[in-house]
Amino acid sequence: MHKFADLIEQHLEELAALDSMDGGKLFFFNKVLDIPGSAETLRYYAGAADKIHGETLKMSSAYHAYTLREPIGVVGHIIPWNFPTVMFFMKVSPALAVGCTMIVKPAEQTPLSALYYAHLAKLAGIPDGVINVVTGFGSTAGAAICSHMDVDKISFTGSTEVGRLVMQAAATSNLKAVSLELGGKSPLIIFDDADVDMAVELAHLAIFFNKGEICVAGSRVYVQEGIYDEFVRKSAEKAKRRVVGDPFDPHVEQGPQVDKKQFEKILAYIEHGKKEGATLLTGGKPFGDKGYYIEPTIFTDVKEDMLIAKDEIFGPVMSLMKFKTVDEAIERGNKTRYGLAAGIVTKDLNVANRVSRSIRAGVIWINCYFAFDRDCPYGGYKMSGFGRDMGLHALDKYLQTKSVVTPLYDSPWL
Amino acid sequence: MATRRLSSLISRSFSASRLVDQGRNSSWAKGICQFGTAVAAEEPITPPVQVNYTQLLINGQFVDSALGKTFPTLDPRTEDVIAHVAEGDAEDINRAVSAARKAFDEGPWPRMSPYERSRILYRFADLLEKHNDEIAAIETWDNGKPYEQAALVEIPMFARLMRYYAGWADKIHGLTVPADGPHHVQVLHEPIGVAGQIIPWNFPLLMYAWKVGPALACGNTIVMKVAEQTPLSALYVSKLFHEAGLPPGVLNVIPGFGPTAGAALASHMDVDKLAFTGSTDTGKIVLQLAAKSNLKPVTLELGGKSPFIICEDADVDQAVEVAHFALFFNQGQCCCSGSRTFVHESVYDEFLEKSKARAMNRVVGDPFRKGVEQGPQIDLEQFNKIMRYIKSGIESGATLESGGERFGSKGYYIQPTVFSDVKDDMLIAKDEIFGPVQSILKFKDMDEVIRRANATRYGLAAGVFTKNIDTANTLVRAIRAGTIWVNCFDVFDAAIPFGGFKMSGNGREKGIYSLNNYLQVKAVVTPLKNPAWL
Repeated sequence: MHKFADLIEQHLEELAALDSMDGGKLFFFNKVLDIPGSAETLRYYAGAADKIHGETLKMSSAYHAYTLREPIGVVGHIIPWNFPTVMFFMKVSPALAVGCTMIVKPAEQTPLSALYYAHLAKLAGIPDGVINVVTGFGSTAGAAICSHMDVDKISFTGSTEVGRLVMQAAATSNLKAVSLELGGKSPLIIFDDADVDMAVELAHLAIFFNKGEICVAGSRVYVQEGIYDEFVRKSAEKAKRRVVGDPFDPHVEQGPQVDKKQFEKILAYIEHGKKEGATLLTGGKPFGDKGYYIEPTIFTDVKEDMLIAKDEIFGPVMSLMKFKTVDEAIERGNKTRYGLAAGIVTKDLNVANRVSRSIRAGVIWINCYFAFDRDCPYGGYKMSGFGRDMGLHALDKYLQTKSVVTPLYDSPWL
Repeated sequence: MATRRLSSLISRSFSASRLVDQGRNSSWAKGICQFGTAVAAEEPITPPVQVNYTQLLINGQFVDSALGKTFPTLDPRTEDVIAHVAEGDAEDINRAVSAARKAFDEGPWPRMSPYERSRILYRFADLLEKHNDEIAAIETWDNGKPYEQAALVEIPMFARLMRYYAGWADKIHGLTVPADGPHHVQVLHEPIGVAGQIIPWNFPLLMYAWKVGPALACGNTIVMKVAEQTPLSALYVSKLFHEAGLPPGVLNVIPGFGPTAGAALASHMDVDKLAFTGSTDTGKIVLQLAAKSNLKPVTLELGGKSPFIICEDADVDQAVEVAHFALFFNQGQCCCSGSRTFVHESVYDEFLEKSKARAMNRVVGDPFRKGVEQGPQIDLEQFNKIMRYIKSGIESGATLESGGERFGSKGYYIQPTVFSDVKDDMLIAKDEIFGPVQSILKFKDMDEVIRRANATRYGLAAGVFTKNIDTANTLVRAIRAGTIWVNCFDVFDAAIPFGGFKMSGNGREKGIYSLNNYLQVKAVVTPLKNPAWL
């Protein structure tokens, strides 16, 4: 696994270019973040491979017993197109570390880097058959993996709708274990005592990073009334200044959406927003007349029952809302069937502790956002899914627990 | 280079080249073994390496000792001087602790990301592999262990251990725990600070790895006092560690003597933790010094008199081989050596005959020569002590089955020695000999052997040889020792915790357990207002 990581670093430029071409992602970010980060993820899990512990147990009668953590077997990984490399290694690394074999079905929009990684895996010495990559579509290849009687586990990252289908297919076939990492409509809650400039910066990043194509995007921004007006003004200015263009251009901050389907879906939501009575603060139109570029868009006066506040848009569209009290922020923050992430901006220790325990989401970022780490488990509550990626918790997805028991005779202690 | 279990690789690499000559066969017929002296009279092989590092390593620099003192380190094959090494004393320990203190309190090491720390450890492991043979040659020259053992097993194991610990660096977790009322509670596991480490001469580099690995993985800094008998390899590899990117002051290495440098380290008011491996007697002193100074927590890995129990259903041939290895490995210089071999009366005679033959076949000679299984003892003091115990064994009425004398006329070689009819109250059955002297005792039943195996103030390890699951489970739980090897011995994989019961010490090394030695536990408590759940 370490050799695999070294090879990735040696082929950094090609891999970065592949993901940029295929996914519209910024070349610069691929080179300094996505791909080196994935090599580091591989190394993290390489270091975990020899640290998988079971337990010897405390039985209530004269038995000697222990648990063994065994690799679950053959794993199907179905990964999305928004972070082709990061998703590949987030799933493949822990599964490799525990000794599983796997089939990766990359997204049809972004199959190229996965194939390259399969090639590097072979060069690294990973035996044939351990990592298999089948490029194809969800309804055919993906469905086949989910229904396969010889696959022991599915790890899926994608939309909530497809997540349902994955779970159903697993249930009707062999009841294979399933973990789902799905969509989100994550709230970013900004309190009065926040540094407004820092908060504007954070909120901007939270929704517009990776052109809004990120499951944990802070797509509902709640700003406490005391700083609301200043916040709105500064957010609009910042959004207007965002540089949209060719992702290979190092000055560009936002590339095109991944494909026509996403492009049209986002524009449709923008129309909804206008029709439902939200105020379009900035943006709202395609950018340029070639490719799938969309202007950074902000709506204010959004109500929780509007479609743009309920559905995951997966594009550069921020919904900005005003709130009064902590209780209100918590209630509105939780008013969603999703539960992936949340952000809290405040210096107040009590507010931070209270709100972090009250929001029903799998990752809470206090005075930061997108603070991912290899050692930090990540995943959803509610319809954002179940199971955790990253950290040592991710290993649990790929392990079975076996209890072994045998009688004891004349043990001096029990 | 894949690292393998010591036992299987050693027996595999040596059994193929065991020498059995005519002279031995004929003298075996007489019941007493006579070893040829021809081998020892050969010219010692010149080690294929140069010694370049003989000074103290403080704050990333090799320096002379404060008082300019040096001491010789000897080649145990010839008693010749290999090199003169700087001798650290109290002032040098002070300087080293200051450097380690500064590196911890102000330097980059604890402040860099755990991932970066792990990268340095991984790079160090790569350098160890690159210089495997040179390092093994220095280790063999200074210690006398067979070169093949160092080059094929110990140095690869050293690299493997460093990688194991590197993998822990970014995975050190505390807990969040429930409170009984509205409080948010986190438990942080923080690096403890400056670790003082005192290591012995029997496995200079593996002992270095067991100490340095977890201490650095947890983000600490170190002052290490290496054994005066074997200072060279630690200095060499520590240079490589700095090449790998270790910041200055993080690892300081002081060759010196116990009563001076070691005592200064154990008594130092600015050292936060002490880890000691060595004799039980010295361990007691170290613990007292820590108590009298700043109450620094101490872990001790001390001596042993480990029982090796061969039950009536054991595969005798296998048992003979493993019992032989358990005692004679590393010239008998292992804290956990199986030095009381209890054999069930029903297989006693066969076991004895075969053990005696095996001992007489053991190839003793220049450790740099291929096929040698046993090199010289470490120094004159150990040599004399072992010879005194052999004399005691004979005088107390045990039967000398083989060996019993010096091997050759130069260097600290001793013939592989086997005593039978050993009784529990003989000195050779009670004291740790730390040499190639096997004591074979007879037993009748389970309860008896459990009682006798436990009748020792030591409790480091034990070996159990049986095919029966119930016998194994019973003996495993009944023997009061930190490691029980069932149908094997000396399996030292990285994740397996190792340490003693009773006067063999306290604390565990290797595995996740070793991290506890180098972490402080800090509970952080803050009230919650209107918590959504408790």
